[in-house]
Amino acid sequence: MTTATKPKQKSDVFHQYLRPKKKFPNVWCPGCGIGIVMGAFIRAIDKLGLSKDEVVLVSGIGCSSRFPVYLDFNSLHTTHGRALPFATGVKFSRPDLKVIVITGDGDALAIGGNHFIHACRRNIDITAILINNHIYGMTGGQGSPTTPSEAFSTTTPYGNVEKHFEPCDLAAAAGASYVARGTVYHAVQLEKAITQAIENRGFSLVEAISNCHTYFGRLNRKGDGLAMIQSFKDRAVPVARAGKMSEEELEDKLVIGKLHTTGATEFCDEYQKVIDAHKEK
Amino acid sequence: MSNGTRKLLQGNASCVHGALYAGMRFFAGYPITPSTEIAEVSSRELPRVGGKFIQMEDEIGSIAAIIGASIAGSKVMTGTSGPGYSLMVENIGYAYMSETPVVVVNVQRGGPSTGLPTKVSQSDTQQARWGPHGDYTAIAIAPSTVEDTLTETIRAFNLAERFRTPVTVLLDEVIGHSRAMVKIPEEGEYEIINRVKATSSPEEFEAFEMTPNLISPMPAYGEGYRYNVSGLTHDTHGFPTNRADEIPIKLNKLRDKIMNYVDEITKLRVEFMDDADIAIISYGSVSRTALQAASIARQAGFKVGCIQLCTIWPFPEKEIKALCENCSKIIVGELNMGQIVEEVRKVISDDKEIHTLQRYDSEILTPMQMLEKLEEVL
Ligand SMILES: Cc1ncc(C[n+]2csc(CCOP(=O)(O)OP(=O)(O)O)c2C)c(N)n1
Ligand code: SF4
Repeated sequence: MTTATKPKQKSDVFHQYLRPKKKFPNVWCPGCGIGIVMGAFIRAIDKLGLSKDEVVLVSGIGCSSRFPVYLDFNSLHTTHGRALPFATGVKFSRPDLKVIVITGDGDALAIGGNHFIHACRRNIDITAILINNHIYGMTGGQGSPTTPSEAFSTTTPYGNVEKHFEPCDLAAAAGASYVARGTVYHAVQLEKAITQAIENRGFSLVEAISNCHTYFGRLNRKGDGLAMIQSFKDRAVPVARAGKMSEEELEDKLVIGKLHTTGATEFCDEYQKVIDAHKEK
Repeated sequence: MSNGTRKLLQGNASCVHGALYAGMRFFAGYPITPSTEIAEVSSRELPRVGGKFIQMEDEIGSIAAIIGASIAGSKVMTGTSGPGYSLMVENIGYAYMSETPVVVVNVQRGGPSTGLPTKVSQSDTQQARWGPHGDYTAIAIAPSTVEDTLTETIRAFNLAERFRTPVTVLLDEVIGHSRAMVKIPEEGEYEIINRVKATSSPEEFEAFEMTPNLISPMPAYGEGYRYNVSGLTHDTHGFPTNRADEIPIKLNKLRDKIMNYVDEITKLRVEFMDDADIAIISYGSVSRTALQAASIARQAGFKVGCIQLCTIWPFPEKEIKALCENCSKIIVGELNMGQIVEEVRKVISDDKEIHTLQRYDSEILTPMQMLEKLEEVL
């Protein structure tokens, strides 16, 4: 771990990226995993040595989507589900900027599902960090496209009769060129995945499994934040080991690490070729 | 392309040429009749000037992409028709709230719903004012000819950039699909207005600062200012607020930055009104009908005048009141069930007769119909 070798304290790194003028406290419940994802993100940015000015953080609406507001980058807090098309406009207009989308499972996969698959398909150079807490946190615990079958939420009071999406599978199938999964227990690995995702020239998805103990935990008797995070540790299997396990063994497991990469061409690069060929001299 | 030559252009293409002249370098859209040529011509022309075109997965994505591109520093436009405009309204509201310059062209068809994809209508006139939810002040303009479409699109960009706000251009199927000889203006022929850039240091910068004219400078992302943009009601720094003392400051700003300068936005074309007893008020393609009918009526000795609303929103209350002062009768002609006549009623005193000539059967209003109406009210 490279950060350990730095003389700076981890918290110093963190404070360096918080907005100086933002009126804290934040909106999150104590113990919410979103803060851990934010920490991993900050360390990744710090490690990559990106300047704050070249980073644009775009989010939709939800607890997870509040994260850009607190950070000292160019931040665009948009409408529910639409972070990816806003980000597409920013990136396509200014391909030199590093555009990172922070989104939730409802934001990215329900209302924003169509934008999600098309951003993957275009392989536009955007990194999406999808904080998957399996429920709608901000609106008070309703079912989402990643709520498991039979799980309880305030709109599945008798248990969820629907099937759920696997965001990583969806992204890989739709054309994303980097796909990884992490959890908020595995903060160091999460940081590494975010680093790799930002380095990838193309559409990258990092699914960060997180705890919403306030709703998902309470309604499904999963315990408090700590207990939920502990369960991510218990259920996690690194991708290399998962390759040697049977489907039954993998049932209810969380496969973490780099799941999928391709060498596909990137959208803005391809369009630049069109400009180069057709621009009037 | 800006070289003073004349070209045979369709209205939709004329719109794109106006946009390019104004400096459009980013277009995102989704095909929909009768606006599709706006996207097609943009896809062809933009790379030629180093600009960007993207066909998005829907109109929600299109308006989102142009807002993102505008905040990243580009001059942007999208083009659509009623169903697409309906899908865009949430994010048009975002552009009002975030004070982002965008131009949205609505080539109107009949509605509601899928309605009449290939037929003319002006039934989105009120939607251009009240599309998104919430309180805000809208700017919408309505060209009446193919040539007019080019110059009015330039004006739409200027207004969007000047006031940091969305501007809707209301075309209709007749203008969008007619062809005419259009003069491509020479460089420098029309003034081009660009958004005010920040001059303060990043430390002093306040993203939604209350300046004397209420327009906050707008740096692009990447220029070192690192501000927050949000659709949540926000304070002058751009941070979400729930404070009762901060909320009206924002909402008043959205109104006053436009209404305090309404004279810069209002535009009317007035013909034969000096001694007119009957005024025909119209906009868009109907204004051509009105003008022809009025010319014929004048030749027959009737004192008929025409008022064309080039800017529809904000509604030119003051001017309509003054122009109609000496008229006894007013005819409002429009291709809908009466969307502007109600605005006219709000400002015209009771002693004047207000007549309507409406058509919403997918056909245009003819000069003959207008003459019949004149005969009826005389
Ligand atoms: C158009 C629209 N519909 C509904 C909402 C209400 N809404 C706000 S956040 C949210 C769900 C958020 O869930 P998720 O994306 O999973 O994020 P989380 O809060 O769990 O982080 C909903 C439905 C909205 N803001 N806009
Ligand atoms: S409601 Fe859930 S997701 Fe939202 S802050 Fe609280 S714990 Fe986190």
